[in-house]
Amino acid sequence: MPAQTLSLHSVRRWTLFAAAFALMVSCTVPFRDDDARVKNEKERKPTPDFSLKDSTGSLVKLSDFKGKVVLLNFWATWCGPCKIEIPWFTDFQKTYKDREFAVIGVAMDEDGWDSVKPYIEQHKMNYRIVVGDDKISQLFGSVDSLPTTLMIDREGRIASMHIGLVAKNTYQKEIEQLLEAPKDAPKTGAVPAPGSQFAFVRPN
Amino acid sequence: MPKPEPVPAKAGASVEVKLPVQLREGYHVNSNMPPDPYLIPLKLSWDAGPFTAFEIVYPKPILLKLGFFPTPVPVFTGKFELTTRFKVAASVPPGLVNLPGKLRYQACNDRMCLPPKTIDLTLPVSVSR
Repeated sequence: MPAQTLSLHSVRRWTLFAAAFALMVSCTVPFRDDDARVKNEKERKPTPDFSLKDSTGSLVKLSDFKGKVVLLNFWATWCGPCKIEIPWFTDFQKTYKDREFAVIGVAMDEDGWDSVKPYIEQHKMNYRIVVGDDKISQLFGSVDSLPTTLMIDREGRIASMHIGLVAKNTYQKEIEQLLEAPKDAPKTGAVPAPGSQFAFVRPN
Repeated sequence: MPKPEPVPAKAGASVEVKLPVQLREGYHVNSNMPPDPYLIPLKLSWDAGPFTAFEIVYPKPILLKLGFFPTPVPVFTGKFELTTRFKVAASVPPGLVNLPGKLRYQACNDRMCLPPKTIDLTLPVSVSR
């Protein structure tokens, strides 16, 4: 590098490879997925179970939702596309609550309830919200991109998974499809937990 | 990965350093002053020490119309530079000094967001009298 005489404001360009590299590699290419794509029952895998407290301190145990269709949404207060979906989910919760359906939100905010509680109130979210962490993320295959939304059938199996924002009617079609499925459908794709007819599996 | 060359600086003087950043195509980060308090701003910071970062200049953001906010949102995309102006203490002895800093950001595209990240930076500075 040639020697440089310094003035009061010496301007230097410093190439920060680390920063540029980190920003570039952390971005995964999204896939566009606007079609409802509920898996065939035989292809569905059991949903990992978790127990976390909601904003009121009540325990939310995913396996307790057996018999219901569940829309499980990973989101965060800083996530713009998630914000678009929240009114839809609020609407679904209201529309389908009497048809054995529930929305559960898993907020992935680092500061937990400090951000999430006021956000729930401001956005009038009418469904159960828990705060997730790395452990929960790993259970579901390392949830990194938000929103990530899973549709869970009545047997506790993952019927579909969407990474990124999809159309409202995509969710709607999937909810309807899962709600209309016979309740006593054969559990050919499920792996019941020991001593149970339920397909949710518990970590460890 | 090659190490950045040390920035020359004189004890007791000021020095300006430009930090180039490049985002993958299609992605943006929030500007340093996002309009929604829940959005995470881009923030460059430097540890206190013999170098005082007395001014950090962010580029002019572009305004992006995003579905979740009623007005266009100021963001940074593509390639841009962050400028820091340091005052070097007169008492700094000549030699190489590594100045630690942090860059916090949160990236999204039009369909999804990635978790916020804070990366550690090290700015090597060659101090002379």
